[in-house]
Amino acid sequence: MAIILIAAAIYAVMQKDLLYAVLATGIISVVLSVFFYLLQAPDVAITEAAIGIALTTIIFIITIRNTSRNEDEYSEDHIKKF
Amino acid sequence: MKKYIIFILIAIVGWSLATTFKAIPFGADRRGDLNNPDKVAAYYLKESPETLQTANSITAIVVNFRGFDTLGEVTVLFLAATGLASILYRKEDDEEEKEASKKDVERVRLPSSSLVRTGAKILFPLILLLGIYVFVHGHLTPGGGFQGGAIIATGFLLMLITYKHFETNHNVMVWLESLAGLAFVAVGLYGLFVYGSFLQNTHSVGTLNDLISGGLIPLIYIFIGIKVGTELTNILDILLKIKKS
Repeated sequence: MAIILIAAAIYAVMQKDLLYAVLATGIISVVLSVFFYLLQAPDVAITEAAIGIALTTIIFIITIRNTSRNEDEYSEDHIKKF
Repeated sequence: MKKYIIFILIAIVGWSLATTFKAIPFGADRRGDLNNPDKVAAYYLKESPETLQTANSITAIVVNFRGFDTLGEVTVLFLAATGLASILYRKEDDEEEKEASKKDVERVRLPSSSLVRTGAKILFPLILLLGIYVFVHGHLTPGGGFQGGAIIATGFLLMLITYKHFETNHNVMVWLESLAGLAFVAVGLYGLFVYGSFLQNTHSVGTLNDLISGGLIPLIYIFIGIKVGTELTNILDILLKIKKS
């Protein structure tokens, strides 16, 4: 479990394709909410499940849809457009 | 140069965390004596079932012992939603622009499959019911206003991304949110002026494990649940309506 968590975190940082990086952060939230439940904090687990998995991931995906998907695309002339 | 600054910052953060946590013995029981509480954790655990008749001591702490902090938390969320709405607000003056924006409202490029649409239709009321259950039973089972509101928002999110023409009534949402927030403050101020302290229990606390028990906790959690649910739904609605530039 902890290995999945750390692997997903490293993957999210390393991945150039931001969509996969965001999905990796979603996986982190899944594992984290299971951890919170096992550590006898069901309140926090519910919050983490609802906010971390659904809402944050969707907000990031909307942002990616409206900007650029790859990290490299974010260049100088992309900024000038706005 | 930039990398060295980052490493130095990480080292400073790590060092300060290490010095803080070194003072706390790992795995030691810091709860204190339950029967004769001299620490705040033991006090909360003893008082929440006895004087407040609340089964879930976490909600007793969040709403009753630290109710004023929760008001601040709700205000932070309200300000975040207001700020986002004011940044992303677009004026729709011209007819032409209105037509254009109507096309943009069609959020989903491709229509969802009938499997997704039917599934969303079945799941949506169930998710709403779960959210309402979570915040109504906040003082009995894990969860509370914030969690229930977030679950309700995920239900609305499902409908918003599945159906092209699913619209939430913006005015109703804003009014519900504002009224719930005002009701929270009003209940708190009523306690302040009539009984002398903010969020003072104004009626009897009932018996442990009853649905109507715990004094003000269920009432306030219903307000917080409505407020958080409508707020997060509004945020998602605004974000999904952004024009792709």
